[in-house]
Amino acid sequence: MKPRKFGLSSSVDAAPGRSPRQAIPFLLPALVVLAALVLYPLVFSLIRSFFDASGDEFVGLRNYVDTFTDQRTLTAFRNNVIWVVVAPAAVTGIGLVLAVLTERIKWATAFRLVLFMPMAISLFASGIIFRLVYEEEPDQGVVNAALVGVHDLFSPSSAYPKARPRDGYTPTDAGYVATAPSRAGDTIMVPLVGFPPQDVPAQALPASQPTSGNGELRGLVWLDVSVGGKAGKVDPIERGLPGIQLEAVRDGKVVARTTTGDDGRFTFPDLASDEVVVRLPESNFALPFRGLTWLGPSLITPVIISSWIWIMTGFAITFIAAGLSAIPRDALEAARVDGATEWQVFRRVTIPLLSPVLLVVFVTLVINVLKIFELVFVIAPGSVQSEANVLALQMWQVSFGTGGDQGAGSALAVILFLLVAPAMLFNIRRFRRERS
Amino acid sequence: MRKQFIALLAFAAVAGSAACSGGAAGIGAEDLKGQTVEIVGPWTGDEQKNFEKVLAAFTSKTGAEVKYTPAGDELPTVLQTRISGGTPPGVALIAQPGLVAQFARANALKPVNADVEKAVTKHNAAVWKQLGSVDGKLYGFTFKTANKSAFWYSEKAFKQVGATPPATWDDLIKTSKAIAETGLAAVSVGGADGWTLTDWFENVYLRTAGPENYDKLAKHEIPWTDPSVRKALEELAKLWGDPTLVGGGALQTEFPKSVINVFGDPSTAAMVFEADFVASVITTNTKAKVGQDAKFFPFPSVAGSKEAVVAGGDMAVQFKDDKATTELMKFLASPESGEIWAGLGGFLSPNKDIKESAYPDDVTQDLAKRIVDAGDNVRFDMSDLAPAAFGGTKGAGEWKDLQDFLADPKNVDGIMQRLEANAAKAYGK
Repeated sequence: MKPRKFGLSSSVDAAPGRSPRQAIPFLLPALVVLAALVLYPLVFSLIRSFFDASGDEFVGLRNYVDTFTDQRTLTAFRNNVIWVVVAPAAVTGIGLVLAVLTERIKWATAFRLVLFMPMAISLFASGIIFRLVYEEEPDQGVVNAALVGVHDLFSPSSAYPKARPRDGYTPTDAGYVATAPSRAGDTIMVPLVGFPPQDVPAQALPASQPTSGNGELRGLVWLDVSVGGKAGKVDPIERGLPGIQLEAVRDGKVVARTTTGDDGRFTFPDLASDEVVVRLPESNFALPFRGLTWLGPSLITPVIISSWIWIMTGFAITFIAAGLSAIPRDALEAARVDGATEWQVFRRVTIPLLSPVLLVVFVTLVINVLKIFELVFVIAPGSVQSEANVLALQMWQVSFGTGGDQGAGSALAVILFLLVAPAMLFNIRRFRRERS
Repeated sequence: MRKQFIALLAFAAVAGSAACSGGAAGIGAEDLKGQTVEIVGPWTGDEQKNFEKVLAAFTSKTGAEVKYTPAGDELPTVLQTRISGGTPPGVALIAQPGLVAQFARANALKPVNADVEKAVTKHNAAVWKQLGSVDGKLYGFTFKTANKSAFWYSEKAFKQVGATPPATWDDLIKTSKAIAETGLAAVSVGGADGWTLTDWFENVYLRTAGPENYDKLAKHEIPWTDPSVRKALEELAKLWGDPTLVGGGALQTEFPKSVINVFGDPSTAAMVFEADFVASVITTNTKAKVGQDAKFFPFPSVAGSKEAVVAGGDMAVQFKDDKATTELMKFLASPESGEIWAGLGGFLSPNKDIKESAYPDDVTQDLAKRIVDAGDNVRFDMSDLAPAAFGGTKGAGEWKDLQDFLADPKNVDGIMQRLEANAAKAYGK
């Protein structure tokens, strides 16, 4: 037997594991799977992006030109830039702070577990949760409920929100101002509408026309709403509105103030004989504070980013905490012995030692952010979806939305790939360097 | 052996006569035994169960098995993929006439057989046949339709001001103003969904501009900058432009929410406009009873317009023309199939030979009757006729432009120009 004559075994002996020929059979299954699932779709998408919607006609770069001239794609680009600039940095920062803070507390693991929990929920479900959290109606959206609660603690809402005089008054910033002047001895009737009769305070009494008084300006404020009631007339079942403030204005200055009684009547007792203008201050009718329109066009992207931060912070904490535990303790101790404050230890020792981990976390998050899709899709209501648009969502809408142009969709996919590629290359490089 | 031979003979005879004389002979219970038809439709959940009962009736009648595949909202994608893959289903129910035309021109569809055509002509107003025709050939018919011209109102809110269902647009505005005086918003608009807004516009446009202009605008033969469009938008602005009439936060309100705003507790508005399927939202989400607390009136006439209905619907088309498939199409075109589902509820048909009593309650009967009575004044939902890039994409085209219009109803000119620019782009492709 001369084993050295067999080429195969000779190479095994010479340099174990280095023969490409020998490697091929072992790599083949993985290569086939990779080629079928990754390489083929990649190349196919690239080719497809040069064809039109039906896939029959070669259109060159037209899909790319269309993409870069489409207003919606440009908005998506802009939003992606905002995402990349804000979100990964915020998550890495918050993750770092929380990881360092939780490092030395007793229940660190439990605490981190709780923070990691959002990662266990699918993005889609998280999106639905945040859709409800930011709902505009304070009865449903918890954010607005909190805002309204705090706001009403300091400035209670008005007694008759949305109510307004039927006619004869012009709305101004200060309130409703009578179009005609009046003077002592007159009686003025102020019919209000736009308020539900069932919400009138219980102590309100039926309205009736006041008699005119000498030297006094009298009047009635009542809710002029009833079935079959005549507009501007006091009908039997209509009630006066108690607690409405009125002002008498002369030459731009308030000369007298009064408030209506339970029957809705009011009196300005001592007005001089000159004419005054009656005004109903805005504070009577101010709309109750309803919180902010979180899901409107201006706030939608920050809102979605905030929910993404909620989800991903746990991820960042886990990685950074792992990196933190790998830091040599003596470096920290040495710094402390030398008299460094905790802040200095954090700034000058912890962060520099952690920077490789932070970088990996950051880059991974950048990749994650570039392909963000579900959150935008779920949280943004249809009316602001174009304002909240991001590239991945745009790609999906163009290719599979009811439009169905997979050529243009492929072009977007290729662009997205090109954007993600540098971050991926960076990560691969790092892993390789770490190994060597 | 002998028995089998006779069966075979009978089958051959029936098949032969069906082929030659156009199916004068009926199909017996066991004639299509062993054959299977696949049918793809949009319905899931309860609607799926009801439709499967319709299909079960076909199976017991002919012996052919029917396999229903629910595709939901992704139906166009599912069909497109299966056609490219060479395995189309036998029958599909498609909600977008534009897609039907596209498939027909790509020769993916088979024109219906003469019997089916006869049934369609017999049971439907001419406008429906036209809808199913592409280049002069009939490819399908509307099996299930939606009456998109209904205002649903809360009886309680109307009572509070003593209002009655308005018959004209001006009356509607008047009633709305009276309701707004009670502190309730008059209408709840589901503006977060663009399609509700296109339905608003289509109903007003069909009434102010008439069916002929409607057809032209649907084909983009007249531009969106046409004076008729301005007129419709201005009418719409009479209602949308008054902040006391439209419920707050309309652009963040999705369609189901817009219904709950009216019939839920507490209610914040008195009316909501949309199709017949509002009834099912009311039943599943609120305590209000349809027919008692929740009633509807047809979309009011604008400037003396005739009764007209904007309808949506699912069109049955066939991708194969084997015998069982054709029989199934024939069955779906007959009043018999529609009556089964009508009895189960949540179904309207343009088929005028479905007995009124087949529908389960007064409200449904009324909704169905209005579609049949409007005859040739029925128009299919314009946004479904338009290319999807214009009439059917979230946050783009007509949907987005009308949402912007709802946000700023004074900007009629700006919106018309944007609509035209988007339409030109979408129709040009």
